[in-house]
Amino acid sequence: MSTKSKSIKTKTDFNQDERLKKVSNLKVLLNRPELGALGGAILVFIFFGIVAGDTGMFSAYGILNFLDVSANLGIIAIAAAMLMIGGEFDLSIGSMIGFAGICIAIPAIYWGWPLWMSIIFAFSMAVLVGYFNGILVVRTGLPSFIVTLAMLFILRGATLALTRLITGRTQVPGLRVLIENDPIAWIFATDSFKWVFTWLGSMNLITLRTDGTPLATGIPPSVIWFIALAILTTWILMKTRYGNWIFASGGDKNGANNVGVPVGRVKISLFIGTAVAATIFATIQVLDAGSADTMRGTLKELEAIAAAVVGGCLLTGGYGSAIGAAFGAIIFGTVSMGIFYTDVDTDWFKVFLGAMMLIAVIFNNYIRRKVTESK
Amino acid sequence: MSDYLVQFNNISKFFGKVIALKDVTMKLRKGEIMCLLGDNGAGKSTLIKTLAGVHKPDEGEIIFEGEKIVFDSPKDALDIGIATVYQDLALVPLMSVTRNFFMGREPLKGPPFLKTFDIEKANKIAAERMGQIGIDVRDPSQAVGTMSGGERQCLAISRAIYFGAKVLVLDEPTSALGVHQASVVLKYIVKAASQGLAVILITHNVHHAYPVGNSFTVLNRGKSLGTYEKKDISREKLLSMMAGGEELDKLEVELKEMNRISS
Repeated sequence: MSTKSKSIKTKTDFNQDERLKKVSNLKVLLNRPELGALGGAILVFIFFGIVAGDTGMFSAYGILNFLDVSANLGIIAIAAAMLMIGGEFDLSIGSMIGFAGICIAIPAIYWGWPLWMSIIFAFSMAVLVGYFNGILVVRTGLPSFIVTLAMLFILRGATLALTRLITGRTQVPGLRVLIENDPIAWIFATDSFKWVFTWLGSMNLITLRTDGTPLATGIPPSVIWFIALAILTTWILMKTRYGNWIFASGGDKNGANNVGVPVGRVKISLFIGTAVAATIFATIQVLDAGSADTMRGTLKELEAIAAAVVGGCLLTGGYGSAIGAAFGAIIFGTVSMGIFYTDVDTDWFKVFLGAMMLIAVIFNNYIRRKVTESK
Repeated sequence: MSDYLVQFNNISKFFGKVIALKDVTMKLRKGEIMCLLGDNGAGKSTLIKTLAGVHKPDEGEIIFEGEKIVFDSPKDALDIGIATVYQDLALVPLMSVTRNFFMGREPLKGPPFLKTFDIEKANKIAAERMGQIGIDVRDPSQAVGTMSGGERQCLAISRAIYFGAKVLVLDEPTSALGVHQASVVLKYIVKAASQGLAVILITHNVHHAYPVGNSFTVLNRGKSLGTYEKKDISREKLLSMMAGGEELDKLEVELKEMNRISS
C-alpha cells in the first residue's frame, strides 16, 4: 500500500516560498466583508468634507449629532447583522422598539414602579419576544421573514391597543423627572467625558453657549453603547466558539448540525439579541425624550437590515461582519444628518439609502462568487 | 476476543410495510476497506444511516470491539468512533478551512467563562493535517469554497480522523469528482486504512472501488448478495452482480432470439 502522498497542484506550486506576506495581507483585507462599508464611509466623509466642510457639520456639536443618529441605528444594525450571519431575519425590531418604550413608560408612570424596575421589565419582555420568535422559527422551520413579519404586526398592534386601553392615549410623557437618582437609568441617559468638553470649551476650542458652557456637552450614551456593542460582537464572531457556531448555523444548517453545532440554540439566542438591542435603542430614546410613543421605531427594522447589508452581510447567511454593519450605520447616519448641511432637499435621503443598498448587494454578491468559486 | 473491529450482523430495517434492508451482514478488521456496492434504490442510504446511528435497526446487532452496542443517536456512533462522511460533507463553503475543520469542536484557551477559540492552534493543526495528505493549504484562513471537490472530500475525511474515527463510513466520496481528483481521494482513503482505520466505502462505481477495496459487499433491493474477498471475485463479476447481472443475461438471450427469428 502506498503511503506516499502527492501534492495536488495549487496556484502557488511554482512558488514554495511562503514569505509573500504583503500580498496575502492585502488579499485578506480585500476578502473581508466590511471592506465595502469602510470604503463607503470614507467616501461619505470626503464628500461632506468638500460639500459641507465649512457649515458646522464637522464642529464638535455637528459630529456628535450625526454620531448619535448613526449610533442609534448601529445598535440595532449590529444585532440584525449577527442574526443575518446566523441565517435569519428579524422584521419585528421596529415594533419591539415601540413595545419596549411602552413597557418602560406605563409601569413607571401609571403603576408607580421605580424606573429601574420598568427598565428590567422591558428587557425581560425583550428576552421573551426574542425567544418566542426564535423557537417559532426553529421549531416550525418556517422562514423567519414570515414569522417575524407576523410579529411586526402583533407587537405594534398590541403596543397601540394596550397603551390606549391603559392610558387613553398613544403617548406616555413625564419620564424625565424619574431619571435622577435612579440606580439604572443613568446607564442609558448620561453623557460621558463631559470634562473633556468642558476643558475644550474653556480653551475656546469648541463653540460655547452664551452662558459659557460648551454647546456639545459630552458623548451621548448611544455612542458608548454602539462602540461597546461593536467591539463585543466583533470579538464574539472572530474569537469565540459561539462566533464560529453563528457562521456555521447561517452557512449550512444541516452540515453544522451534523458536526454537533447546536443550531437551534444559536438561532434562538440571536433572536433574543435583536429584541434586546431594540430595547437598548428604545430605553436610550425614551429616557432622552422623556416620553414613550407607540409609533416609535417604525421601519427601523428595514434600516437595520439595510445597514447590515451595506456592511457586507449576505442575505443568505453565513457571511458578514458586525463591524461592517457599524460602518453601514455610520454611512446612513452621516448622510441623513449631513444632507441638512447641503443645499440638497432632504427628501432625497431615501433615494440615497435605496441606491446605496442596491450597490452593496451587487458588490456583496460579486464577493461571494469570488470567495466560493472553485479553482 | 473477536478478530473483527466492527460487525454488523443480520441488520434489517423496515419502514412500515417496506423492507428497506434485510439480513445485511458486514464484518471489518482494522486497516480493511470494505466497499459497499449497489445501484440506486439498493438500500445504501438506509444502511449508512443505520451505521451512523440515525436509524435503529429493527433486527440484527452491531458489535464493536467485541461488545454489543445500541445507538440511540448519531452522537453515540460518533462517540465510540464510527464517523460518517456524508455526500454534502458538512462543510460551509464561505467559512475558512480552519473554521470548517473545527466546526462544532473548537479548541479553546483562556480562563473559565472567558474561553476563546484558539485560532492559532486551530490554524496550525488544520494546515498540518492537510499537509499530511499532500494538500498545501498556504493559508488556512482561506474559504473552503476556493478548494476543489477532491480537496474538500479529503478535508472532511481528515477532520473525521482527527476527531478520533476508528471506523470511517464514506458515502459516495468520488461520485462528483473527475478522474484525477477521484484518484487523489482514493489514495488518501488507502492511506487512512493503512494507519489502522476500518473503512466502509459506499459507491456505485466499481472502477473506483475495485482497486482500493479488500472486500466487497453487493447490495441489491435491500438484501446483501454476499461479501467477497478481492481474490475471490473479478471486476466484471462485481459489475454484473451490481447491475442485476441475471436480468442483463436474460435480456441478451431474448435479443439473440429476436435476431434469429427476424433473419
